Amino acid sequence: MSEAAIDIAVQEPAVPPGGPPVGPLGLGAAWRRLPLSGRIGALVVAFWLVTALAGPWIAPYPIGAIVAGDVFEPPSLRHLLGSDYLGRDVLSRMLTGARYTVGLALASAAAASFMGASLALLAAVSARWIDEALSRFMDAMISLPSKVLALVMVAAFGASTPLLLMTLAVTYTPGAYRIARALAVGLNQMDYVQAARARGEGRFYIARSEILPNMINPVLADFGLRFGFVVLLLSGLSFLGLGVQPPNADLGSLVRENTSGLAAGAPAIVAPAVAIATLTIAVNLLIDGLSGGRLRAGGTGE
Amino acid sequence: MSGWVEVEGLQVCGPNGPIVDQVSFQVAKGEVLALIGESGSGKTTIALALMGYVRGGCRITSGAIRVGGRDLVASRERQLQALRGAKIAYIAQSAAAAFNPSLNLMDQVVEPALAHRLMDRASAEAKALDLFRALGLPSPETIGRRYPHQVSGGQLQRLMAAMALITDPELVILDEPTTALDVTTQIEALRVFKRVVRDLGVSAVYVSHDLAVVAQMADRIVVLNNGRVREQGAAEQVLEAPADPYTRSLVAAAQARRPHPSGRVEDAEAVLELRGVSARYGRGPEVLHDIDLALPRGGSLGVIGESGSGKSTLARVVSGLLPAASGEVRLAGRTLAPTVGKRTREELRRIQIVFQNADTALNPAHTVGRLLARPVALYEGLRGAALEARVRELLDLIRLPAGFANRRCGELSGGQKQRINLARALAARPDVVLCDEVTSALDTVVAAAMLAFLAELRRELGLSMIFISHDISAVQEVCDEVAVFYAGEIVERAPAADLAQAARHPYTELLLASTPQLRRGWLESAPVCAPANIHR
Repeated sequence: MSEAAIDIAVQEPAVPPGGPPVGPLGLGAAWRRLPLSGRIGALVVAFWLVTALAGPWIAPYPIGAIVAGDVFEPPSLRHLLGSDYLGRDVLSRMLTGARYTVGLALASAAAASFMGASLALLAAVSARWIDEALSRFMDAMISLPSKVLALVMVAAFGASTPLLLMTLAVTYTPGAYRIARALAVGLNQMDYVQAARARGEGRFYIARSEILPNMINPVLADFGLRFGFVVLLLSGLSFLGLGVQPPNADLGSLVRENTSGLAAGAPAIVAPAVAIATLTIAVNLLIDGLSGGRLRAGGTGE
Repeated sequence: MSGWVEVEGLQVCGPNGPIVDQVSFQVAKGEVLALIGESGSGKTTIALALMGYVRGGCRITSGAIRVGGRDLVASRERQLQALRGAKIAYIAQSAAAAFNPSLNLMDQVVEPALAHRLMDRASAEAKALDLFRALGLPSPETIGRRYPHQVSGGQLQRLMAAMALITDPELVILDEPTTALDVTTQIEALRVFKRVVRDLGVSAVYVSHDLAVVAQMADRIVVLNNGRVREQGAAEQVLEAPADPYTRSLVAAAQARRPHPSGRVEDAEAVLELRGVSARYGRGPEVLHDIDLALPRGGSLGVIGESGSGKSTLARVVSGLLPAASGEVRLAGRTLAPTVGKRTREELRRIQIVFQNADTALNPAHTVGRLLARPVALYEGLRGAALEARVRELLDLIRLPAGFANRRCGELSGGQKQRINLARALAARPDVVLCDEVTSALDTVVAAAMLAFLAELRRELGLSMIFISHDISAVQEVCDEVAVFYAGEIVERAPAADLAQAARHPYTELLLASTPQLRRGWLESAPVCAPANIHR
């Protein structure tokens, strides 16, 4: 009698395998799983990474040299993107400046998301008082305006590149922490976490294997958003003379220093603005594509 | 065609093809028609279509729905709005989710009448008062001033009926109106619904997955499976002489089950023992009072009671997730530490808990193989090929092909997921398995298969088991002995097979009397007894 009943159970329709088979997760597999928009994003991000690495070597002119005959020159064969407000070559300045925006902003946004998510996991699986202490500290950090906090840190410790990176990371950690903690605390109540706890799993295992895989997608999406903020804050700091120091300039400060060319429609301002836009959008496209693919493969999507 | 409600060749398509296809039925005036089927059978889709409504992403692709001569498929949205809540009323499954917690009950009950400008506020409130009396609500004069959280679940469900009936609808759609209620509360709600529907002479469509409930309520039954009608006819015919094989499997699953003979109860030695255990959450009130229990090795103890009776708390205390406030839990004669953190890994291995809902108990990010491998790696330290072999063995034990190891739970059916949930506990080779409502999230037929499977596993592996459930017949099928929980105490212990004869406590009697039976007319013959009359 029980055999018959089991037969019925086996016949019940299973949801057909949704996403692609779960195999080794190499770069190729990740690429195949990306939707078109994600692939475009990946290509643009790759372009900017290469530019950041190789830029200083392929720049046709030194970054600080005034080489053009006039300010805000239109594009020409000698100066592909024209000249800036002092008559410097815009292409050279962008090729050199991309390093700061891509490297510094990407690194500090990644650091902020990493620290935020790690501390959030710690708060979720630890004793109540650790969670409380961390959360109140982060609340205090959030209550400081991010620009003022960054200003104070730069003013106090000087404007070197490592310090700038740390400043940006620290400024954006509390926001990342808040979002990640809300996710982690919610997931911590799930039955599968309870089951792991009843099984005698350690806190580290629970945080890493049970909670983290289920919160990684929103955390990545948040990282994409945060990257955009960091680029803005970095250019803001540079504008105030506290970020990247002249004659060097990140893409944000290129926009700021050439604002007077806006009326003339000079490429000196348009080009870096387009560069920031493509980089930010591409990072978001790539991350959306990645998390979309993960969702489908994980079967947790709609 | 001479129905008051006529559905002809209805097809509703969602993003992935038809949800409901070629569905035709009629409901005569004053008749109660039941739509019965399991989750995914399209019964709620049809119920909503009867109001001319489809969920987002879906649309009615062909067929006709006529209510009182009006064609709903051809009607415009504005015309449909005038019908909904006025001529066609809907009673949803969860009253708690259907009421706005920040408005008082009277405001919400009279709202349909006011929204459709059918009567003024004073006469609407007078009408509501009549309905409160008809629905048997306590202190009908003042209950309207309360807020949703201040009344019980059963009362809220009846208040939702009042909200639906206040406009004198011609058709009432009841969508699983008692599924969220405890059995002892359900019986009263069923009685009231049946009486009101009969007295008012309205047509009703009753949507349910529970054949025993439908047997009490319906004049005619439509059996649905995968969006198609498998069988329809008069209630007696469908229940007593089902023609379709699917209907027969439903009826068989709903019938009082044959108790399975006990496993190997080798000795009287208790593998698990609770002595004077009390528990509470935080500084809240005690939810378990002074529980004494003993589970013999190879035995199976059923724990039944309604929601809030402390039965799930018992599982949490035994597994160490919730430390007992007092008393002790003993495993094979040795006292266990109250919390998971202080128990040894070996002690943890020997007690495994299976949670109610496999959807939340299995991590959606992990493959089935990883879910099953983890306890094996943790407790036995197996790696590599030996680990894979053990996972295959476990999949084999739960009658699933080895290829399932690479799948994730989102790709599996409810019954498969629940078996994997069980296999994860079995992977630890436990002495005691705590099953917390493991069949209540499953469809009837799948649940019946799961119970048979559990009973078989017990025989095969000699497991000792605590089986927590609110379903008496499920408990009787897999357990040797039953403990009845009421308000955090054990009020009755009896052998599972003759619980009915042995029952002494009034709550046990009420529970037994309230469990719906497939027999027509059971509702009328069941004795009237309210839970409030019970004293511990």
